Amino acid sequence: MFQNLSERLESAFKNIKGEGRITELNIAATVKDIRRALVDADVNYKIAKEFTDTVKDKAIGSKVLLAVNPGQQMVKIVQDELAELMGGTEAELDIKGSPAVILIAGLQGSGKTTFSGKLANYLKTKKGKSPLLAAADIYRPAAIDQLTVLGGQIGVDVYSERENKDAVAIAQNAIKEAKAKNKNVVIIDTAGRLAIDEVLMTEVANIRNAVTPNEILFVVDSMTGQDAVNTAKAFNDRLDFTGVVLTKLDGDTRGGAALSIKYTVNKPIKFVSSGEKMDTLDVFYPDRMAQRILGMGDITSLVEKA
Amino acid sequence: EKTKEGFLGKIARAVAGKSTVDAEVLDNLEEALVSADVGIETTVAIIERIEARVARDKYINTSELNGILQNEIENILVDAPADTTYSNFDLPAGKKPFVLMVVGVNGVGKTTTIGKLAHHFTQAGKKVMLGAADTFRAAAVDQLTIWSDRAGVPIVKREMGSDPASVAFDAVNSAVAKDIDVLIIDTAGRLHTKTHLMEELSKIKRVIQKVIPDAPHDVLLVLDGSTGQNAIEQAKHFTAATDVTGLVITKLDGTAKGGVVLAIAHQFKIPVKFIGVGERVEDLLVFDKHEFADSLFNLKK
Ligand SMILES: Nc1nc2c(ncn2[C@@H]2O[C@H](COP(=O)(O)OP(=O)(O)OP(=O)(O)O)[C@@H](O)[C@H]2O)c(=O)[nH]1
Ligand SMILES: Nc1nc2c(ncn2[C@@H]2O[C@H](COP(=O)(O)OP(=O)(O)OP(=O)(O)O)[C@@H](O)[C@H]2O)c(=O)[nH]1
Ligand SMILES: [Mg+2]
Ligand SMILES: [Mg+2]
Repeated sequence: MFQNLSERLESAFKNIKGEGRITELNIAATVKDIRRALVDADVNYKIAKEFTDTVKDKAIGSKVLLAVNPGQQMVKIVQDELAELMGGTEAELDIKGSPAVILIAGLQGSGKTTFSGKLANYLKTKKGKSPLLAAADIYRPAAIDQLTVLGGQIGVDVYSERENKDAVAIAQNAIKEAKAKNKNVVIIDTAGRLAIDEVLMTEVANIRNAVTPNEILFVVDSMTGQDAVNTAKAFNDRLDFTGVVLTKLDGDTRGGAALSIKYTVNKPIKFVSSGEKMDTLDVFYPDRMAQRILGMGDITSLVEKA
Repeated sequence: EKTKEGFLGKIARAVAGKSTVDAEVLDNLEEALVSADVGIETTVAIIERIEARVARDKYINTSELNGILQNEIENILVDAPADTTYSNFDLPAGKKPFVLMVVGVNGVGKTTTIGKLAHHFTQAGKKVMLGAADTFRAAAVDQLTIWSDRAGVPIVKREMGSDPASVAFDAVNSAVAKDIDVLIIDTAGRLHTKTHLMEELSKIKRVIQKVIPDAPHDVLLVLDGSTGQNAIEQAKHFTAATDVTGLVITKLDGTAKGGVVLAIAHQFKIPVKFIGVGERVEDLLVFDKHEFADSLFNLKK
């Protein structure tokens, strides 16, 4: 297996601390290593290239701190840039309106239904809202049962129509139901779909047009590889989503998809999901994610101490 | 359906206007492989072998490259040993019931794959039974029950929250009693980093062995075709817990290529047995090395 980035940097730069300035020459190998580390973390190949090139250009000429070597400093610069790129556009969840409507979409198995439950739980317990979950997945076996079980766990009502095969109508009816029952947020869980499935992409676009959501959240598995870019772009083209949710971050994935997606569609990452239980929902910390993608938290502290 | 530009087409484009393999061709090759999730290490290994060939043979033209590449990839993809292959959904003799255990991280397509396998085995004239040992995920048993209905096969289940190993034990006993040919056991999705959940899998396996000492005869690890390099860790840890004997790659009806199985085969020598290409019972194919190698280069823009 590839040596990890920090080990490689240690050995490559053992003897050249305080070398003056970062130059094309003294960081060429580091840039290559960083690029590989990003790709190993599942950052899209082209994006890794573009990103490291841009950061390199910015870094060249900067003065190297005495206690570190140019390579380590370069990594620190990359880490900061990564965090900045993935953060920014700090946006609160829009839950204004009566009811506010939140549409959940994404690929099969990415964690939409689980996240819908978690979000309802969060809005109920942390934001004092009274949410309604809407079961608009008419395809997956037992999708309604799954959402109903989750709703039961968190004490949130679930709107469903077992015989109705029209997801758009179900979503619309759920909003009527919310109005009638004084619920102020409707979270619409939809079926998983492939970005190239025309019929299903049209269906979700139709739901969007019918219910004009405050938020459209694209739920993506943080273990996704190179294809994250294609999928995010395709969903964004059809839905113009308002935010991204990264799931399954409780594992050991490096999560490069987060960078690829932000870089491609420039939509904020609004939540991270890290567990199967209903209370495992977090806000997104760009700096932690940057460290995770690079696979090295230690460099920062090293450089910060210098 | 994906537009099949095909292996040759892609390489032809990668090397357009060139007659011999040079650094630029190799760079393009690297991009194609990495973009298919093959990962840097395995990509570098493949490229190094081609570089060595180029150095040795001095001149390699691009059509030879196609052949060499296809060959390298197919060589990396190991075959399953004879006693666990079932290319026509036939089963090895003397193993009845043949016990198949299905494992993997959350949401990859285990339950769906089981429904499809049940259908295909049934079509091939086998008596199939399902065991619902995912007693954790919301409505997991309901979901598997619907699949058992679709495939028209019996299911052994208990209420949610039961001990999964006990369900597996019941299922194996019931399969023996009912003269079943193949028993397929569903398990809850779990991340490979969760030690207690991985230990639970080892326990399910041990309990199955109390009834049939050489079972499970096959442990299939299901991987989501859109997963990146983390699949390597999944393979490592699931193998440690359950001696995985085969892989299934799902969701290959999308745009992802599933190239990480090449890295897994390279490192752990685990054969790929099936691929999932949709959500219906029919959407399961026996893995074909040649087509897979081909599809790796079938890059869609
Ligand atoms: N470990 C972990 N598991 C998760 C997380 N989010 C979801 N899951 C699990 O992932 C699997 C799939 O989650 P679902 O919520 O059913 O995914 P989905 O996107 O609704 O799936 P479809 O409706 O079939 O497209 C389930 O086993 C969930 O328990 C997470 O953050 N961490
Ligand atoms: N497009 C496509 N979707 C698939 C395929 N296989 C499974 N799915 C979908 O992926 C989602 C998750 O499938 P499941 O079978 O529930 O996955 P699982 O591994 O059993 O999930 P957990 O038990 O929650 O860990 C469902 O929406 C399936 O319909 C496939 O080959 N292609
Ligand atoms: Mg769902
Ligand atoms: Mg399942």
